Amino acid sequence: MGTSRLLLLVMILGASVSAQSPTYHLGRTPTAEEISAWDISISPTGKELPPGHGTAKEGAELFVNKGCVACHGRNGEGGKAPTLIVPKGASTRPGRMPGMDMGIQGPGLMAVSAPFATTMWDYINRGMPLGREGSLKPDEVYALTAFLLYKGDVIKSEDEVLDAGSLPKVQMPNRGGYTEHPEWKHGTPRLRDYP
Amino acid sequence: MAVEKPSRRKFITGGAVAGLAAGVVRSASGQTAAPAPAKKGIKELIAYGERSPFVTSIREPAEGRPSPDAFGLTFHVVTPLGESTGSITPSSLHYVAAHRGFFVPDIDPKEHRLMIHGMVDRPLTFTMDEIKRFPSVTRVHFLECIGNRSRPTHKSVAQTHGMTSCSEWTGVLLSVLLKEAGVQSGASWIVSEGGEEVKGASSVPLGKAMDDCLVCYGQNGEPVRPQQGFPLRLVVPGFEGIYQTKYLRRIKVVDRYYMTYNDYGHLQQDPKVIALTTQIGPKSVITRPSAGQQLAGPGFYEISGLAWSGGGAVRRVEVSTDGGRSWKDAEFRTPAYRMAHTRFALPWTWDGKECELMSRCTDELSTVQPSRAQVAKYWNEPLTPNYGAKGADNTIQAWKIASDGSVHNGNV
Repeated sequence: MGTSRLLLLVMILGASVSAQSPTYHLGRTPTAEEISAWDISISPTGKELPPGHGTAKEGAELFVNKGCVACHGRNGEGGKAPTLIVPKGASTRPGRMPGMDMGIQGPGLMAVSAPFATTMWDYINRGMPLGREGSLKPDEVYALTAFLLYKGDVIKSEDEVLDAGSLPKVQMPNRGGYTEHPEWKHGTPRLRDYP
Repeated sequence: MAVEKPSRRKFITGGAVAGLAAGVVRSASGQTAAPAPAKKGIKELIAYGERSPFVTSIREPAEGRPSPDAFGLTFHVVTPLGESTGSITPSSLHYVAAHRGFFVPDIDPKEHRLMIHGMVDRPLTFTMDEIKRFPSVTRVHFLECIGNRSRPTHKSVAQTHGMTSCSEWTGVLLSVLLKEAGVQSGASWIVSEGGEEVKGASSVPLGKAMDDCLVCYGQNGEPVRPQQGFPLRLVVPGFEGIYQTKYLRRIKVVDRYYMTYNDYGHLQQDPKVIALTTQIGPKSVITRPSAGQQLAGPGFYEISGLAWSGGGAVRRVEVSTDGGRSWKDAEFRTPAYRMAHTRFALPWTWDGKECELMSRCTDELSTVQPSRAQVAKYWNEPLTPNYGAKGADNTIQAWKIASDGSVHNGNV
């Protein structure tokens, strides 16, 4: 009995170890530099944000010099590309919370409606300008983010410096405007009692 | 059989008739035309085949935004489901959608890498050759955009339902790659990211990633096509299209929803709506006859359509020819794989009177496809013509057949 128990224990341990150990030994270990170069999805904690800083004042110049105005309009009012700045008092589409409106076609405000300022930074960094994505330097992304936040009345000073420390702390107007995803489980209907 | 309106299909119909008679093309006006000259030389056609010039079904932009758009970007493009057969969508007709319109990248597979890192014991980078050395898995799965919803203005099944397509996908289970890297305790999500210009990225629950997600290099017997993510695409079976990361180059194992590029546009305020947003419910649609098509006259037809569910396999499809008053079980014409289009059919004799056709699907979880009225009642909202279900819309589609045999959108 003792032997078979020991065998069982070995089998269980073996199984759990094999789940943690590589089976196929394919691939190679990426270098730290390779990882950081690709690690561009910025979480709300901001831990992936690179060093750098920028202000709205700097961003206002970049908004012109980097060509943003050609598609988003001189004042960010939109054109071929979505609206980024709306006059004070304007609202998004009826019945939709600002943050729930992607604003691709309508007057919704995609940028400032994100629940976290890190998401704005992430979007500008990976997605702008169209056709030259990835060409902006971290300082420029911080500055353009600050510019949109300032124009969107989220930060109050055009001299406020945004960096990896301050950006995640910016309180977005739509910070609480979403609900977390329910835990997904295999073999579970989407929503109980839904017809 | 149901054929399309003469205005759209006269060339093909005429061709079919002439083909039987004398092998020449004859237009509806009765003129005889020479066969269309081949565009390519015989060597090229021997090397890589083409469909018949008489077959003209094409993708078209989804209503609401042109493709290419003002920037030359491809946005949402729908599959011509009305002309579909079986359950597999030809890769060339697979729907295309993107969070933001996109330029299709030319990625050299020799240069492409997949990196797995984050909360893992061993960060790993794989070449395409290394990924193909892992044990492979081939499965049939549908993809569907969450924007795939019928509107009263839609005049074809391509417009009402064409943002779903089904392929045979080949790749390696994501769980195999994640185990190779060793997922650490405390991890709860992954971020999957592409290598195209915007590096499109989505958060996927770790439970799903370890369940049945596929890292695919094959689609319908050939490499995944560039519009579908060549050389590598993540397939998250049954989840809305935005999760199916194209040009996959990075998986980061993390401990929270990351609110990244593809995520925040799909946020919801209502916990019930978010529950209906990720996974596609049981859904079906009759593709033949469907809006824009034309019945030749009273007599025998096979009602044919597609059913699918993000919750698993299709267990049952019922068809009504009297606007939902009575239902008959349809037969399956293809195997009912999990999270896959399943072709159903019902023999039917049309008496030449106005009628309304519908189909409804029940999946392996015993969930039944709802009517629009049931959904409106659930939310305690009025059922207006433009009423749309919240989350992924899986409501029943009605097609109205007029006494002249023309078929119209009944969801009005």
